[in-house]
Amino acid sequence: MNFALQTAIDALSVGSIYALSALGIGLLFGIMRLINFAQSEFVTIGIYILMLSAGIWFPLAALGAICVVVVLALVVERLAFRPIRTADPATLLVTSFAVSYLLQYSLVLIFGARPIGLDILPDLARPFVIGSVRVPRIDIATIGATAVLLSAFALFLRKTRIGIEMRAAAVDFRMARLLGIRANRVIAVAFAMSGLLAAVVAILFAARTGVAAPTIGLELALVGFVATVIGGMGSLVGAVFGGLAVGVVTVLLQALLPPELRAYREAFVYIVVIAVLVLRPQGLFRGAAARERV
Amino acid sequence: MRLVAEQLTVNFGGLLAIADVDIDIGPGEIVGLIGANGAGKSTLVNVLSGFQKTRTGSVKLGDSVLLGLSPDRIARAGVVRTFQSVRLFSGISVRDNIAAAAAVLGSGSESVDTLLELLDLADRPDSDAGSLPYAHQRRLAIARALALKPKFLLLDEPAAGMSPDEIEDLDRTLVELRDRTGMGLLLIEHNINLVMSICERLVVLDGGRVIARGDPDAIKSNTAVKNAYLGTEGGGH
Repeated sequence: MNFALQTAIDALSVGSIYALSALGIGLLFGIMRLINFAQSEFVTIGIYILMLSAGIWFPLAALGAICVVVVLALVVERLAFRPIRTADPATLLVTSFAVSYLLQYSLVLIFGARPIGLDILPDLARPFVIGSVRVPRIDIATIGATAVLLSAFALFLRKTRIGIEMRAAAVDFRMARLLGIRANRVIAVAFAMSGLLAAVVAILFAARTGVAAPTIGLELALVGFVATVIGGMGSLVGAVFGGLAVGVVTVLLQALLPPELRAYREAFVYIVVIAVLVLRPQGLFRGAAARERV
Repeated sequence: MRLVAEQLTVNFGGLLAIADVDIDIGPGEIVGLIGANGAGKSTLVNVLSGFQKTRTGSVKLGDSVLLGLSPDRIARAGVVRTFQSVRLFSGISVRDNIAAAAAVLGSGSESVDTLLELLDLADRPDSDAGSLPYAHQRRLAIARALALKPKFLLLDEPAAGMSPDEIEDLDRTLVELRDRTGMGLLLIEHNINLVMSICERLVVLDGGRVIARGDPDAIKSNTAVKNAYLGTEGGGH
């Protein structure tokens, strides 16, 4: 029973981080058909900022990381993606690779390729003990932060003017432009939001792993892509549930696989992913983007 | 301020889609644009709304040149179109479909409510736009276009797929909209009965050229039109 409960909390917590990663990727894909590989460097740079601000009061360091990553996302949009906005999705994809590598190797240049330890909020590693269940605080913080952030996003997209414009643009970007929705503003806000999500992922991930390395965001972004594909490209709800699902499957496999097979956990995760895509090629939640874009 | 197009010619690799077409619409006027499939109606609307570029001819709204501007700038200048294929934001509520456009002009929810009332959509503002019955979808497309407060509205086959009753409702709504806002309407139609009953003037295209223009009675009795479009009995199409 305790094992089940602990596994469930663990699954939810890992799934939360994946869900946030997937949402940041799904958001940009939904609006501009951009598969943004640089999302991984947004997370990595967030972690390096936290590493640099060691010793600073945590809320301030977190705010600093969020600000830097949001500004970085906006700069990347302005310099790299705005000039080629109307280009083919393949061009956008290649550009995002270029941006991703540029940022990654800039980090190598500045900090070196070797992982650097960091220690934010060591208290988070200590567990709550409820009866005989030990729940790491970081898991509670992760699940809580994700719930708050997702609710705030849902409200933003439903209730605010720019949120409604963003949803409309995600369904039919040309039609949205035709109705006078300002493409520049909608896309800039989407980038800022994906930057915010990346920064929060960075904070949660850094607190969990305590390491900064130039490629650390890669795995998270990869899982994010997989999650958006499983969820159905273009569906934000799908991206979130896709992320949760990948996290849950990963943790369950870790818990249930015989020990000698655990090393190959990822292989099993991706078998499940392939199975899902064979059975539902359009993803679990088919998004508007899956339809032909006019 | 009139919407005036002169001498428009569009050439698709040697095939003339439209040739030397003139059309002008005044404020408060309802003009019908009719013609068979392939007559050039859609090409003309595409040129007027900026979707089709051409170097021959001119399109002006009052004194400002529209030809060459992008579709969104033309829409902001006051010439807004709807699409035969409707192109609603599906998955988004009826209200938010209108709000997305109304947001642009800084109009509040009040004007969204007005538009919902006007187009008879007030009973289901929270339904998913994509799940609406067909006639409702077409009305929603018009409501959304109106959120931009156009001076001229170009409606591409707004009655396609509607029942006779629904068409009658649409007629009434369009006339009422014109009376309220004083905007000019260009009605691109296949359905000859719709245009005959509410248009003050008609322009008939055939093979990319204007073969007749005038009031509905004159068009009905025009021999060239009878031959090209109405059929010899002068009935519907």
